[in-house]
Amino acid sequence: MEILHELITTLIATLGDVLPIAAIIFGFQFLVIRKPVPNLNRVLLGFAYVVVGLSLFLMGLERALFPLGRLMAEQLTRPEFIYQGFAEIPDDVLWQEYYWIYLFAFAIGFSTTIAEPSLMAVAIKASEVSGGAISIWGLRISVAFGVAFGIALGCYRIVTGLPIHYFIIVGYILVVIQTWFAPRMIVPLAYDSGGVTTSTVTVPLVTALGLGLAETVPGRSVLIDGFGLIAFASLFPIMSVMGYAQIAERIGKRRREKDIAKQETDSPSNSSPDSPSSNGD
Amino acid sequence: MKKSIIALCISMLGSLRDLSPIILVILFFQFLVLQQPLPHLLDLVIGLILVVLGLTFFIFGLEMGLFPIGESLANAFARKGSAFWLLLFSFALGFGTTIAEPALIAVSNEASEIAADAGFILSSTEAMHSYADGLRYTVAFSVGLAIVIGVLRILMGWPIHWLIIGGYIMVVTMTMFAPREIIGIAYDSGGVTTSTITVPLVTALGVGLASSIKGRNPMIDGFGLIAFASLTPMIFVMAYGMLI
Repeated sequence: MEILHELITTLIATLGDVLPIAAIIFGFQFLVIRKPVPNLNRVLLGFAYVVVGLSLFLMGLERALFPLGRLMAEQLTRPEFIYQGFAEIPDDVLWQEYYWIYLFAFAIGFSTTIAEPSLMAVAIKASEVSGGAISIWGLRISVAFGVAFGIALGCYRIVTGLPIHYFIIVGYILVVIQTWFAPRMIVPLAYDSGGVTTSTVTVPLVTALGLGLAETVPGRSVLIDGFGLIAFASLFPIMSVMGYAQIAERIGKRRREKDIAKQETDSPSNSSPDSPSSNGD
Repeated sequence: MKKSIIALCISMLGSLRDLSPIILVILFFQFLVLQQPLPHLLDLVIGLILVVLGLTFFIFGLEMGLFPIGESLANAFARKGSAFWLLLFSFALGFGTTIAEPALIAVSNEASEIAADAGFILSSTEAMHSYADGLRYTVAFSVGLAIVIGVLRILMGWPIHWLIIGGYIMVVTMTMFAPREIIGIAYDSGGVTTSTITVPLVTALGVGLASSIKGRNPMIDGFGLIAFASLTPMIFVMAYGMLI
């Protein structure tokens, strides 16, 4: 009974999110485009699936994963846990003592990104558009690594109290440099994957981690230092996705060169001495 | 009938596989690092079943509803050939989906508390309310503008990196002048604006537009709308923090 009540509440909340979007889409469709929607029934059914699916998803997260995740973030940032090897709680702690937090940040960043629905949507589309050159899993895993690294680094920043904009500015410079070397096709997708990574699953857990950490570490203000993890989580996937494309391109090139070399040695007509071109890099 | 049940089972197994990393991380930290038993085991299992079901339905609905409507709208606008209506639609989509975003409401309320703490505004509920609302409209406007710029880029075929680098330069310049308290919130607001329903729609719109306009490559020109939508809020939130 309680579940049913919860389901209805979540359903209404999700409907509230979807309604403005649906109103804009169908409003423009009927008033400006003035043509019937192809397969209207199917599309409406699809919208219903999205609403139901998102509601069940959020409800399940709220029931199972969020409370536990938040509790773990709290427990791991608690002074008693961090200083459990010490005889007494020292005034000043080296940043290395928070190693479990960095590991947790990395692990939770990676695993929540793999489960992020909006990233799945973009990955499906990208693989479709690129004709399979960008694989769904390749994109998801490289984004997940970027988020994981970003959140771990963000935790290090909270622990040390360094100003956030130094990290972000250096990150921007790296992104700009990498843009010149990355395959041109990947650049827009890489920029996009910064924004899509942080939605339903990642944001609540990561925010809890950041606020808990800022509360525990001596000398940190929750208001100034507690925020910023999301910014880290949306910067590093840009680099990791471009990196993924660079590696994939290089492997593809090497394979092609190998194939060509093989064909040349296989074909009897070819007898030029320099044909098996070995790759310098 | 039997076939569709098998398809459903396969996609549910897929969702379970997507969730397995989270389950592993939680089990590892709970048992090995924190060394505590799992609380409310039944709730946990029910919750996981709901999450798996929900993810499966969402992916189904994505391919049936959100992707096709985004693409058919893009095609229809391209055939109509009116840039004005397309840009108006882009703005409405960006503004409309952001203004109601729960994550943004939460962030703007936190920002108003920070502003009150730092003494920028009076710490009365009324002043904080109007500050939070102003911030929310600012971000929604900036996302609407971002989608307009992004769609304009697809129409014109501008290379994306110049626009993004220009945006980065603006962010960095404004960081130097913005009050320190607003910087963290501003940087975060870029990430929270793009929700689970907006992302597939906007992606389908961009890719659909780039595929129906001659001379555009869907891979190079179709993506990038989300990138603008996560960049402009940073600029506008810092501007808001500086002006008020």
